[in-house]
Amino acid sequence: MEPFAYVRATSIQEATEAYASHPGARYIGGGTNLVDLMKHGVETPATLIDLTRLPLHDFQELPTGGLRVGACVSNTDLAVHPLVRTRYPVLSQALLAGASGQLRNVATVGGNLLQRTRCPYFQDVSKPCNKRQPGAGCAARDGLHRDHAVLGHSAHCIATHPSDMAVALAALDAEIELHDGEHGTRRVAAADFHRLPGDHPDQDTVIRPGEIVTAVLLPPLAPGAVSLYRKARDRASYAFALASVAAVLRLDDRRVRHVALAFGGLAHRPWRAATAEEHLTGAVPTDDAVGEAVDAELAAARPLRDNAFKVDLARNLARDVLATLARSAPGGAAPTGRRP
Amino acid sequence: MVARARAPQHPQQAGPRAGEGPVRSRVALRVNGRTYALDLDNRVTLLDALRELLDLTGSKKGCDHGQCGACTVLVDGRRANSCLLLAVTLDASEITTVEGLAASDGALSPLQEAFLEYDAFQCGYCTPGQLCSAVGMLREAAAGHPSCVTDAATAADTAHPAALTPEEIAERLSGNLCRCGAYNAITRAVAACAATEAPDQAPRRPRT
Ligand SMILES: Cc1cc2nc3c(=O)[nH]c(=O)nc-3n(C[C@H](O)[C@H](O)[C@H](O)COP(=O)(O)OP(=O)(O)OC[C@H]3O[C@@H](n4cnc5c(N)ncnc54)[C@H](O)[C@@H]3O)c2cc1C
Ligand code: SF4
Ligand code: FES
Ligand code: FES
Repeated sequence: MEPFAYVRATSIQEATEAYASHPGARYIGGGTNLVDLMKHGVETPATLIDLTRLPLHDFQELPTGGLRVGACVSNTDLAVHPLVRTRYPVLSQALLAGASGQLRNVATVGGNLLQRTRCPYFQDVSKPCNKRQPGAGCAARDGLHRDHAVLGHSAHCIATHPSDMAVALAALDAEIELHDGEHGTRRVAAADFHRLPGDHPDQDTVIRPGEIVTAVLLPPLAPGAVSLYRKARDRASYAFALASVAAVLRLDDRRVRHVALAFGGLAHRPWRAATAEEHLTGAVPTDDAVGEAVDAELAAARPLRDNAFKVDLARNLARDVLATLARSAPGGAAPTGRRP
Repeated sequence: MVARARAPQHPQQAGPRAGEGPVRSRVALRVNGRTYALDLDNRVTLLDALRELLDLTGSKKGCDHGQCGACTVLVDGRRANSCLLLAVTLDASEITTVEGLAASDGALSPLQEAFLEYDAFQCGYCTPGQLCSAVGMLREAAAGHPSCVTDAATAADTAHPAALTPEEIAERLSGNLCRCGAYNAITRAVAACAATEAPDQAPRRPRT
């Protein structure tokens, strides 16, 4: 690890000012990703600006019925919050399916969103990687890429984004609140926060240098909306997703009034399945209808040499999750006796 | 002292880089009820500070990357991997290591007793991490935290402590790997302890 200076910020303004006046500075939340990458030599900040003493630890119920979550709230505290467990189970489930109890206690909401890919070549400074060093090449394309992307990848990078939480946020139509010292606050839809790699795989998200994630905003869900997260991985626990699915569903008179479907583990960002959603909206979510919608979405998949299995995995997960939700959603099952 | 000679402070490399502040900090670490005033290289992790500077070698270094749980300690009562925490960030935190689980007269905690009783280890390398992790996990369960294997209806019940089935214990302790594969006995030991109400203060189980 390279030596670095340490600044403990106590206000957002202090943090953004420290960032502006310290070249090579990086923010640190729980450090569970950043410290790891510093040990690998992937990250070499000259100064660490600690955000964990900022007043960003609160939950706030919004007048709209939504929930504002401070960026320094731990992954554990978000997962177990009563309002999250009851109103946004998909988010609680996604968080609890990620990492371990020890890591979730330390990891923050902001850090979770901004964690870097787990591509092994990104973490190994002796290997070429366009994300780490633009123009260097991509060792994964002809190397080990079983865990890599099947959707939206580019010639420059085939990495996936590892966050489970971000997949649930994309399906919930959450917003990310960002603050920078000069321009104040802006909001970005969670589904648009992470980028596809294109020819700039070094940029994971749309965050600008020096910006701080200050909060995640969860919109209210309409009454009757149900949600679910399911994750497939190589072992039963404490492993990143090979593929995962977050979905929100609301039925009205047996038909889909609202559906949001997002895939994790398949792309450089949580993959919001707009095509499948379009197919399903207004339809009765029979197994056939769900299958066709999911197939239409995954027709865009371009698997690599060793990861075609992910497409089938994602298809099965999505069908299963949507079918489960269709069974549990109010307004779904035909009332007995009336519709034979 | 050998431990001190190996202290990971790299003083020869620790000069400030251009335009930067000091790369060392004064930190008051509170460990097992004692305060240690330290002057630390900012790079020193809590795990290295415990082992190399404070001679608290109970916490183990398995992977040094958050993947095995051998370094688990309690920070302000919550379990955490000490290998990924920078000591400089922990000024004013209360840290408990495996050395702090027993009473000051050396009497083992109920969980430690249960580990002995159920043979919950072979080589013992993962054990300090398993113990600290289980203490934190039992507190989480008592506070009603659900887990990834909790069914949806129970997870939405925010009023009750979590019931710790063997499946629940395995999931909740999945951040602690055991190369010897003592998992079944670990699960039994923790289940026995969970059956008593308050894991931290419960009267000690008689050794059979
Ligand atoms: C063994 C292991 C297994 C894991 N398994 C999973 C898994 O299955 N699923 C999963 O989703 N995750 C998993 N993780 C990743 C874990 O979720 C992340 O490490 C964690 O969420 C990062 O949060 P942090 O606060 O520690 O971030 P940090 O390490 O502190 O920061 C990460 C990045 O975010 C930036 N940052 C932090 N906070 C802010 C902010 N408020 N504003 C702007 N920038 C900020 C930092 O500069 C840094 O670049 C795993 C990690 C490990 C080590
Ligand atoms: S997939 Fe992306 S992160 Fe991995 S080596 Fe290629 S460029 Fe780097
Ligand atoms: S040594 Fe910290 S998790 Fe392995
Ligand atoms: S007892 Fe040997 S690693 Fe667990």
